[in-house]
Amino acid sequence: MKPRLLSGDNIFRLALFLSTLCIVGLLFLIFILLLFHSWPSIRNFGLSFIWTGEWDPVNDKFGALPFIAGTLITSFGAIIILIPFSLATSLFIREYSPTALGKIISHMVDLLAAIPSVIYGMWGIFFLVPIVRKLELVIVMNLPAIPLVTGPPYGVGLLSSIVILLIMTIPYSISITRDVMEQVPTDLKEGAFALGSTKWTMVRKIIIPYCKNGIIGGTTLALGRALGETMAVTMVIGNSTNIPKTLFDPANTIASIIANEFNEAGGTLYVSSLIQLGLLLFLISLGINTIGRIIVHKTRI
Amino acid sequence: MKMNLQKISDRIATAAIYIMALVTVLPLFLVVGYIVFYGFKHLSFELITRNPAPVGEEGGGVLNGIVGSGIILMISMAIGIPIGLLGGLYLADSPDGKWKHIIRLSVEILQGIPSIVIGIIGYILIVLPMHRFSAVAGGVALSMIMLPIIVVSTEEVLRMVPVELREAGIALGMPRWRVNLFVVLRTGLGGVISGILLSLSRVAGETAPLLFTALGSQFFSFKLDRPIAALPLQIFNYSISPYPEWHSLGFAASFLLLIGILAINIITRTVIERMNYKNG
Repeated sequence: MKPRLLSGDNIFRLALFLSTLCIVGLLFLIFILLLFHSWPSIRNFGLSFIWTGEWDPVNDKFGALPFIAGTLITSFGAIIILIPFSLATSLFIREYSPTALGKIISHMVDLLAAIPSVIYGMWGIFFLVPIVRKLELVIVMNLPAIPLVTGPPYGVGLLSSIVILLIMTIPYSISITRDVMEQVPTDLKEGAFALGSTKWTMVRKIIIPYCKNGIIGGTTLALGRALGETMAVTMVIGNSTNIPKTLFDPANTIASIIANEFNEAGGTLYVSSLIQLGLLLFLISLGINTIGRIIVHKTRI
Repeated sequence: MKMNLQKISDRIATAAIYIMALVTVLPLFLVVGYIVFYGFKHLSFELITRNPAPVGEEGGGVLNGIVGSGIILMISMAIGIPIGLLGGLYLADSPDGKWKHIIRLSVEILQGIPSIVIGIIGYILIVLPMHRFSAVAGGVALSMIMLPIIVVSTEEVLRMVPVELREAGIALGMPRWRVNLFVVLRTGLGGVISGILLSLSRVAGETAPLLFTALGSQFFSFKLDRPIAALPLQIFNYSISPYPEWHSLGFAASFLLLIGILAINIITRTVIERMNYKNG
């Protein structure tokens, strides 16, 4: 019997190969389309696009600095606050709570990650922003002007964005950290207790060192999420194209300026500048995610 | 004395961890509670039977958004499920190699692309050539988010299928494609479907990719090549509008979306956990 060219196996193999080709091709397509459509802007502004602080659609002058600043401030602000809380909650789930309670909290954290961004945004507008506004008012009225935490209390702005990013990214960080903590060998922990150490000493000397890479990696992946987060931030950041000077200032992230202006943008250069911002965001989050994944994978081996 | 100090720091650390864990879990109650409270208050039968009322008029619903979201999700499933399933089958079936490594990497990178960038791609790919915002563009954009999630979940589930089953099929002289489709995929079908449902619940709430593709609409429409309403877009537009009637509609729409997504999540996660329990 001669092997037929159109046998079921060959067709199946071809279908599998084509689907994988689609996946890899899609990624290339995304990169090439972004590059192609941001070319007018790249050619016009060159590298200075990144450190130009002016965004003036009327005079066709475009610079990404205000949005890069907004993105970095909100993301890093959220991530720095996130680290201790994510660590504490993971420790609570794995070491401190009864197993059943830990499981429930674990599930709740997973659900927190499933809530759509736009719903966080709506909650942000109607619940969070008024609270932040009051807080800002109290700070401005009662404290002497400290740099960075002063200015008109709009409510919307960097501070609200940091809080909402914190709430939205913490589940990702916890889900990775708690998985890594599960891998700490029981005999190491028991050994520490046998030597008479308290739980906290055990956590400090065994769990934290053992999970160091996983914690750093998980935090980096959460940072990747925060950088690209769009809707919720767009709804609470206040949409200003100026470089923010204090935490109370309205601003824009790369993602939020695209969400706000893309549909209204007229003129090749304007649209292409926005697409170049998209390319920039793509590359930044690609870099951060790659670093995070390398660190996390290292721990798993 | 040193012992004492250790005990004190242990107490303090324990208290701190309890408090911080509580503070972390609190927002879930705050967000869900707030949306459920205000959403439930504005819930009405009209919500799912009528289209939005003009500004200033009381009442109206989000029927067009529910139907629009359904249409967009159908399109994205029609693209994302076949490619995602085949990709997952490939990763679960083939031996390690360079091509497999490249695919894994691509899937991981695709998963990390910010959703607003996917929106731009949908715009460039479909809206620019068609010269029009459309339901198709929205569906294509969402399928790009769905695809990598389905690949990953399918591969994970199919890897749990015992290798003996695969070997038994091959030993019986079944062609490889039949082993893959009727033994491996069949065994893991429950898990695969759960993965697809989870990916669906993830993209059902996506808003950013629809902004420049589906655009949204005030009207009821089945046309695939025209702008179409979607539930998440309505929530966005209503909540940033200055009209209290629209805010109420937004809360009610959020309630529907939230309940739907949480329900899918809870059900599928329970199913997956049961399966893991049985297998392990």
